[in-house]
Amino acid sequence: MNNTITIGGLVAGAFLALLGAGFAHDDLFAAHMWVLFFCLAISTVVVVRRVDFSGAGRASSRDDQSGYFDEVIRYGTIATVFWGVVGFLVGVFVALQLAFPALNLEPFLTFGRVRPLHTSAVVFAFGGNALIATSFYVVQRTSRARLFGGDLAWFVFWGYQLFIVMAATGYLLGITQGKEYAEPEWYVDIWLTIVWVAYLVVFLGTILKRKEPHIYVANWFYLAFIVTIAMLHIVNNLAMPVSFLGIKSYSAFAGVQDALTQWWYGHNAVGFFLTAGFLGMMYYFVPKQAERPVYSYRLSIIHFWALIFMYIWAGPHHLHYTALPDWAQTLGMVFSIMLWMPSWGGMINGLMTLSGAWDKIRTDPIMRMMVMAIAFYGMSTFEGPMMSVKAVNSLSHYTDWTIGHVHSGALGWVGMITFGAVYFLVPKLWGRKRLYSLAMVNWHFWLATLGIVVYAAVMWVAGIQQGLMWREYDDQGFLVYSFAETVSALFPYYLLRALGGVMYLAGGIIMAFNVTMTILGHEREERLPGQVTVNLQPAE
Amino acid sequence: METYTMMRHFADSWGLLAMALFFVGVIFFTLRPGGKASADRAAHIPLKDED
Repeated sequence: MNNTITIGGLVAGAFLALLGAGFAHDDLFAAHMWVLFFCLAISTVVVVRRVDFSGAGRASSRDDQSGYFDEVIRYGTIATVFWGVVGFLVGVFVALQLAFPALNLEPFLTFGRVRPLHTSAVVFAFGGNALIATSFYVVQRTSRARLFGGDLAWFVFWGYQLFIVMAATGYLLGITQGKEYAEPEWYVDIWLTIVWVAYLVVFLGTILKRKEPHIYVANWFYLAFIVTIAMLHIVNNLAMPVSFLGIKSYSAFAGVQDALTQWWYGHNAVGFFLTAGFLGMMYYFVPKQAERPVYSYRLSIIHFWALIFMYIWAGPHHLHYTALPDWAQTLGMVFSIMLWMPSWGGMINGLMTLSGAWDKIRTDPIMRMMVMAIAFYGMSTFEGPMMSVKAVNSLSHYTDWTIGHVHSGALGWVGMITFGAVYFLVPKLWGRKRLYSLAMVNWHFWLATLGIVVYAAVMWVAGIQQGLMWREYDDQGFLVYSFAETVSALFPYYLLRALGGVMYLAGGIIMAFNVTMTILGHEREERLPGQVTVNLQPAE
Repeated sequence: METYTMMRHFADSWGLLAMALFFVGVIFFTLRPGGKASADRAAHIPLKDED
């Protein structure tokens, strides 16, 4: 396979990027097009160097069309680990910026630019790569069919990496449309739409050509994630560019309609990207690792339908006490509270999969990671609806409590279930007997868990203190604290939060090392958990 | 009638009814007698092969 179409596409893309840089309407667009040009030019050189001149009829091993298409999943797993460590590192940096404002290095590394870099790196780069890689793995195994579309899966993988690079460099240059979790400007959004449609084609095509009559529940969750994210992304980014060679665009919506569209998007990014997609992961990898079927398959189906029917309405709880009509705020609150049922149903289903095999929590660090993930899923889906209640929200909104809540879900649920899946996948994908070191998985588990506990606990205290200070009036009706006083009061909490982040990052680095050594084929000499070493004394 | 008003009326009448019926239908279908055997078969799909 000589990649004729790929090389043609890369060269044409690089040429268009060069034209974009040359005729740019503004300097930032020119700078961004130079970034794109160099990415595509380097990719062209790499692909051209891999052209195979062995001639027809002597197909290389890469063209083996039998069996599952796993090479792209190997790349996806490595990308997941890489972007994870990068995202956690940037997170620690922004946490330290809050404690030490001197770390705001102008112009590229100010908090306003680095924060979206952190959120996008962990959500879209780490989480997104994990979802794409595991969905490709799970859909092939549960459909018993090779991925549909051949090299289209490669386009999805590399196209998504290009989206990540363009989004990240854009933030640092100061290109943003100012919508949380949807910061990339119109041209990057269009590129993501193309990649996402290709992703849908690969995934749906594989399901359609399946040999297993039933579509396993994990695939339903993955499919809901792919379809809903496409819908959310397109509607929330409907915008008119000022110039087709410039960065700036204006949203199709105005005022409160724009805000509601944004939070319909924003909350469902949590619901369908960070929840539904990772539930797909849970429904495959937890039964695999526990070596027993899911506790109740029928509960998992009800979990699915209840989750997707309710999540989509919960967005307005981000806009309590704003210009949004009161009935819409109440609707968002009510649906958020109803979400308790499917969320906890799913948590119980995941945990009870271990019933009869609870000893695995003691003997299997990977299982322990997955169980901790499900526990945090239950914890944060309890906290979320509680915070959506208007009375609680009047205290918690705009404070660090919200940040703590997001992180207990993101670090605890999304992160831990992904680590579990990565540790499950790496030996399988590279044909190793076991991981390089299970002791390191154990270290990772404890560093990550304690890191989250420190982080979330500190943010609870910080957030509630902040909220109480903001609303403190004296008997004359004046505010007791100036805003600057509430900021400086948070300094010790910000330090501790950074410490929690450092612990989580350290766990991530240990994982990167462990995964690398496993891929290279090493096995660390160590006593495996649950294995008893017997020292028999020779008979007299 | 304005498009907004029309859609609003549709959303809180027939649209709501259709979605509620679909949802209730899904739950009844999932919990129907005889559904357990096929659900148990489906639950074993990931465990049928080695990798």
